[in-house]
Amino acid sequence: MTEPAASRSLVIEREMPHPPEKIWRALTQGALIEEWLMKNDFEPVVGHQFSFRSTPVQGWDGVINSEVLVIEPNVCLSYSWGTMGTMSVVTWTLTPTTLGTHLRMEQTGFRSEKDAAYKGATYGWTKFIGNMERVVGGRD
Amino acid sequence: MVMIPAMQVQVATDQVFAALADPTRRAIFEHLARDGEQNVRSLTARAGVSQPAVSKHLGILKHARLVRDRRTGRETHYSAQPQALKPMLDWMGMYTAFWHDRFERLESLLKRMDQ
Repeated sequence: MTEPAASRSLVIEREMPHPPEKIWRALTQGALIEEWLMKNDFEPVVGHQFSFRSTPVQGWDGVINSEVLVIEPNVCLSYSWGTMGTMSVVTWTLTPTTLGTHLRMEQTGFRSEKDAAYKGATYGWTKFIGNMERVVGGRD
Repeated sequence: MVMIPAMQVQVATDQVFAALADPTRRAIFEHLARDGEQNVRSLTARAGVSQPAVSKHLGILKHARLVRDRRTGRETHYSAQPQALKPMLDWMGMYTAFWHDRFERLESLLKRMDQ
């Protein structure tokens, strides 16, 4: 692994020279989402269940099962991300800047799909991954 | 194009995720990884659950190969096998690569889009 710091919490942030309204469209319009992420039947409605689909490969059907969790136009978008027996949450946060928009993606709370109803473990899990990367890294 | 890492690590990763989804098991595992080999009694003293519960958790951790046991006489000693986490950590690293790739594609789309 080349980027342990990033993988620990899976946060990716970038400043983009575009207004939040434009980035929001790319994040929430199905046809646009398909252009950069995956085929989908996303609707910007909280509670909407949808899937992302990519080409199946051996060992994976290419499907990600999702549900819209947060829609705050031009500010915050969050959906669950269930695949291969694990469930996580992907959250996009848009903050206007002088140059355009600071875009932040965070994927949190990796856990077994069976335990998807269990809330509140995100912090403990992220901390655990951090600790374990040190342990594993130290023994390699 | 970077794909989502399904594939070879799936089975190992599923078991590891499932085993570590439970906070009590995570605590037991972390305790073993940090403090070294222990028996059920000393693990129970720290875990805040009954000894049968600890034994059950250890069975699940053992099945995921996160924990190994060693018998001496009537006593069983448990130790952590942190290298079993590697597929999961690799998997998370591959996810990082996946999102970096998608950020590139998003930026390229934004350049093509009208205001």
